[in-house]
Amino acid sequence: MDLQIAILLGQDGITTGAIYALLALALVLVFAVTRVIFIPQGEFVAFGALTLASLQGGNTPATLWLLLGCGVAVAAVDGLAAVRRGDARRLVSILGWNLAYPLALAALFYASQPGAMPMLLQILVALAIVVPLGPMIYRLAFQPIAEAPVLILLIVSVALHVTLVGLGLLFFGAEGTRTPAFSDAQFELGSIMISGQQLWVVGTSALLIAVLYLFFGRTIYGKALRATAINRNGARLMGFSPVFAGKLTFLLAAFIGALSGVLIAPVTTIYYDTGFLIGLKGFVAAIIGGLASYPLAAAGALTVGLLESFSSFWASAYKEVIVFTLIIPVLLWQSLTSHHIDEEE
Amino acid sequence: MNTIAQPVLEVRDLCVAYGKVEALTNANIRVGEGQIVTVIGPNGAGKTTMLSAIVGLLESKGQVAFNGRVEVSPDVERMVAGGMSLVPEKRELFGEMSIEDNLLLGAFHRYRTGKRDHAETMNEVFELFPRLKERRAQQAGTLSGGERQMLAVGRALMGKPRLLMLDEPSLGLAPLITREIFRIIAELRKTGVSILLVEQNARAALAVADYAYVLETGGVAMEGPAHDLRDDPRVIETYLGLGGKHQDMLAT
Repeated sequence: MDLQIAILLGQDGITTGAIYALLALALVLVFAVTRVIFIPQGEFVAFGALTLASLQGGNTPATLWLLLGCGVAVAAVDGLAAVRRGDARRLVSILGWNLAYPLALAALFYASQPGAMPMLLQILVALAIVVPLGPMIYRLAFQPIAEAPVLILLIVSVALHVTLVGLGLLFFGAEGTRTPAFSDAQFELGSIMISGQQLWVVGTSALLIAVLYLFFGRTIYGKALRATAINRNGARLMGFSPVFAGKLTFLLAAFIGALSGVLIAPVTTIYYDTGFLIGLKGFVAAIIGGLASYPLAAAGALTVGLLESFSSFWASAYKEVIVFTLIIPVLLWQSLTSHHIDEEE
Repeated sequence: MNTIAQPVLEVRDLCVAYGKVEALTNANIRVGEGQIVTVIGPNGAGKTTMLSAIVGLLESKGQVAFNGRVEVSPDVERMVAGGMSLVPEKRELFGEMSIEDNLLLGAFHRYRTGKRDHAETMNEVFELFPRLKERRAQQAGTLSGGERQMLAVGRALMGKPRLLMLDEPSLGLAPLITREIFRIIAELRKTGVSILLVEQNARAALAVADYAYVLETGGVAMEGPAHDLRDDPRVIETYLGLGGKHQDMLAT
C-alpha cells in the first residue's frame, strides 16, 4: 500500500464514518430517552435514499402510501380517544398532522411533476415523506408498551425492522439504485483529490452534529429530552410528557436516518435492505459509546468507518466480520471497567 | 372537616390498589388557599401513594378536584400545567445536569405555554436558597442531601405552583438541615402558595401546619386543626411520644 491508496481509503473511511456517526447519535438518543434499541434506524436510511431515487425517476414513491396508511391508523386511534374525552382542539391537531398533511403531500404529486423539480426540492419532499413516519411508528408500535422492559421493546423493534424491510422490497423492488451526486466538483489538495459529494457528506454530518449539540445544550426542549433520559419520572413531574418525548425523539431519529440516506445514496448503491447493515455499523459505534456517550459514539463511528475502509483493501471478503468483531473487545473492556447499569424499576 | 369556602384541592373518596392490595381507601383531604396542610402517619400508611395518585402518577378511583376542576383520573401533564407541583420523596433530580438547568426545567410547562418569566422566578428562588446560587453551575448529582432537597423545592417553585406537595422533605436529612427546610416551608406561606406536606416528623410538621390529617393503614384516622392535634393524647402517644424530646428542640 502506498500513501496515495492510504489517503483514498482514509477519505472513504471518514465519509462513511460520518454517516455512522449520525446514526450512532440517533441510536444513543432513542435508547436514552425511550429505552428502545432502534434496529429499524437503518430502514429510514434506505427509505430516504430510495424515496429520493423514486422521485428522481419521475415516480410517486410508495413510502407516500405508507405515510397515508400510518396517518390513518394514528388518526383513528388518537382521534377516537380525543372524541371520547371531548377535546376538540386536540382532535383538530391530530387530524391535521395525520390526515391533512399526508393528503396535502399526495395532492402535491397529483398537481406537479416531482421528477422535474430541482434536486434540493426533491430532497425536501423525500424528507417530508419519510421523516413523519418516525413519530407515527412510535405512536403505533412503542407508545402502548412504553413502560415494558427493554427486552420486550427490543423484540418489537426487531419485528418492526423485519416488517419495514419487507415493505421496502414491496415498495422499491430488489434492484439497487444510486442517485446522482449533489455536485460534480473535484478539489485538489496537494496530491489528494476530494470529491464534492464527500465534502457534502462530511460537512452536513458535522453541521447536523453541531446543531444537535446546540439543541441539547441550549434549548429548553433539548434539555427536557436529556432530563427524560436521566430521570423519566422527574421530567414527567415537570410537565414534560413521556409520549411527547418519545415522538420528538423518533422524529429526530427518522430525520437523521432519512438525511443520512439522501447523503449516502450518491456514494454507494442502496438496496431495500442496505439500511440494516449501515444501521448495524452505527450500532457498533453506539456500543463503543456505551449507548450513553455522544462524543465516544462519534469517535467510535469514525473508527468503524476507517476500519471498514482499510479492511476492504486488505481483506475485502472479511470486512464485515472485522468491523463487527470490533464489538467483542469493546464489550469486554466495558464489562471490566464500567459499573453494571441496572434496568430502571 | 377542614372548613374552607374555596379549597384549592379537594380529594374525595380516593382509593388506590396495587393489584388486590388496597393501599389507600376512601381518603378525603381538603387544602385551602394559602393553607399549609400536613398529612402525618407511620411508614406504609399510604402517604406517598396518596400524593402520587393526586398528581396522576398512579391510577386511582375517586375524585380529585383541583382549582375547582374535577378530575376523575388525573393526568400528570394536565395537573402540572394547572399549577400542581410535587416534590417527590426521592427528589428525582436530573443528576448529570447543572443546578441552573434543573431549575430551568422546573419552569418547562410555563415556558411551553408562552409564559417565559423563568429568569425572574429563578432570581426569586436564588433569594430563598442563596446556596443554590453560589453553585448554580455545579451538577445536581454532586450536591449534599440538604442541597438536593433545596434544589428539589426550588425546582418545584420555578413552576409557580398554586399547590406545592412535599413528600417527606426531611427524610434522611441532618437535624440542622431539617430545621432549615421547615423554616423555608414556613416562609413559603408568605408567597401565598398552598402546601400539602407529608411528613413522618410529626412534631415539626404539626408546628408549621394549619390543619392536619393522620393517615393510618390506608385511611384517614384523625383530622383537625394542627394545634388541636398537637395536644391530642393519642397523637402525643403515638407520634410525639418517644424520641419526641429530641425533635422538640428542632421544631421551634
